[in-house]
Amino acid sequence: MKRKFRWGLFFFLAPVFLWLVLLIVLPQIDLLIMSFRAEDDLGDMVWSISNYFNFFDEPIYWLTFVRTAIYSILVTLLTFTIALPVAFYITKVVHPRFQGFLTLLLLLPFWVSELVRVYGWMILLRESGVVNHFLLKLGVLGKPVEMLYQDSTMILGLVYTSMLFMVVPLLAVLDSLDNSLIEAAYDLGANMWTILFKIIIPHATPGIVSGSIVVFMLTLGNYLTPNLMGGKNSLWFTEQIYNQFIASFNWNQGSAFGFLLLFLSSIVIWLGLKLSRQKLGKVVQ
Amino acid sequence: MKKMLWIALIVSFCLIFHISSATAGGTLELLTWKGYAPKNLVDKFQDETGITVKVTYSNNEEMIAKLRATRGAGFDLAQPSQDRISSVQEKYNLYQPIDLSKVKTDQIIPSMLEAVKKNTMVAGKPHAVPFCWGTSGLVVNRKYAPNAGDYSDLLNAFYNGRVSYRLKRPTLIALSFAVGENPFAKYSDAAAYTALMDRVGQAMIDGKPFVKNYWTNGDALLEAMRSGEVHLAMAWDGAGWKLHDENPNIDFIAPKSGALGWIDTFALPAKAKNVDAAYEWINFMLRPENAAAFTNAEKYGTASNGAVQYLDASVRGNFERCFPMEAIVNIKWYPPVPAKLEEIEGKILDKVKAAR
Repeated sequence: MKRKFRWGLFFFLAPVFLWLVLLIVLPQIDLLIMSFRAEDDLGDMVWSISNYFNFFDEPIYWLTFVRTAIYSILVTLLTFTIALPVAFYITKVVHPRFQGFLTLLLLLPFWVSELVRVYGWMILLRESGVVNHFLLKLGVLGKPVEMLYQDSTMILGLVYTSMLFMVVPLLAVLDSLDNSLIEAAYDLGANMWTILFKIIIPHATPGIVSGSIVVFMLTLGNYLTPNLMGGKNSLWFTEQIYNQFIASFNWNQGSAFGFLLLFLSSIVIWLGLKLSRQKLGKVVQ
Repeated sequence: MKKMLWIALIVSFCLIFHISSATAGGTLELLTWKGYAPKNLVDKFQDETGITVKVTYSNNEEMIAKLRATRGAGFDLAQPSQDRISSVQEKYNLYQPIDLSKVKTDQIIPSMLEAVKKNTMVAGKPHAVPFCWGTSGLVVNRKYAPNAGDYSDLLNAFYNGRVSYRLKRPTLIALSFAVGENPFAKYSDAAAYTALMDRVGQAMIDGKPFVKNYWTNGDALLEAMRSGEVHLAMAWDGAGWKLHDENPNIDFIAPKSGALGWIDTFALPAKAKNVDAAYEWINFMLRPENAAAFTNAEKYGTASNGAVQYLDASVRGNFERCFPMEAIVNIKWYPPVPAKLEEIEGKILDKVKAAR
């Protein structure tokens, strides 16, 4: 009986194991090997760290990375600022009967793909788009302005795309906050800001950190939104990787960029955890 | 427990069997450009031969990347441009030689067939036959840009915020011709080519403020021209003629320094599974009435011999209007791209994109 049970376990674990090894671990190893190979002057492939060296040597590469990281942090902060009041309203203010309904409303836009959502924004914001049309009709604007293809629209798109991943962990963590703590604070004469910084945020920190990690990583690895909404000035680091693979046919350089992205973003996350004095194991629970 | 295990095993075997039975049989995996496999022709082909065509849309760079990732497997037929075949073939061995005895060569314009054979010759064997041709030049809205005549106008402050082009190698080539250089002559000299590209890249950075956007998707460009957001773009002739049908103010023009001529081909990936179906499709698409149906819809020139008689008058009108004799003589046909150029160009294009 015991022996047969082991076989069953093996049978059901095998797909997961194969999935992980064949589709994730092996390709990663292949990429890692590829990132340490480069062509020498004679056109032969040799072991080399020149792909990694190129990143630090060529300003456009590391400047693009810095820009991508700073914008991702900014997007994370903005998403948090918008998501906290929303999550607080749903868990604490609104009647429990409507909680499910409001959460559903938040989920609704995510039933369509990211591509469709981005094109939706493009239709709204383009020069001959819906927003411009109404502003012209109302007489606010004399002539249409281009709202797309700017850093601010790109950030708007990224915040919109990642909202959900901040709201959901905040909902969970705020739900466990005891209302009587807030009431007691009011009784003792605390104002709204004191309650926010002394009670709500300290209690919600694990949720905030886990939401921030997800939003930061998603934004950093996003390709579609910066490319479509950012237009001519939006060089995102993922686009650099794409260019190396597709336009320059330089897979070795592209792999090195991929690993640098992984490594550098891990450092940012680690710094974030250190600063907020959280432990990764506790946050991801 | 044991029963459960058996059920799970049977279900998974059924799944595996189902997947393998679905991919076998009469399908043609076609890797091509948007518009190159119109629905009506795909249906007609299926009626005639019983072969289902599965179409994947792509562009030159992605075609190479896709085939390189699988070492030439996954597709039965690809349609790269003729200048992008020989160097990648030498380096990555993506294609197999084409057997001209299986292609109805009398359906193909002889001079074009010879040119493509010569340019895709690797190890003494041709690797492609031509399908269609066209040029890159300027698409202009005459109402707003009556004086635009050359690629240099793409960098002209007069069209501030109304210019669009692709951040791809044709733009670099076009702007090189516009400053009076011949980039094709420098293909073999990497140092001279890098210097020329640096110069063109700097001009593009200086002209960046006037650009509306760098288009990546043909449909999006058509929409921007239609709505009047873009007045001047570098694009394919077929795109300009499509717009001309809708709005007579918009038209394609062959620039003063020469339109850039390309030929898109049929090439067989190295590990194509259904080679017979691929030859069937080649012969089907080059049959005069089918080739003419494609050209009437997409406006690109065809390599099919004898398709002219089936063409709409407006399509013939497009060629006559936009390509007087001196413009035809002035077309710059792409020679095969040697290896390494893409890397030089890629770096310049990254710099342009990153510039403020």
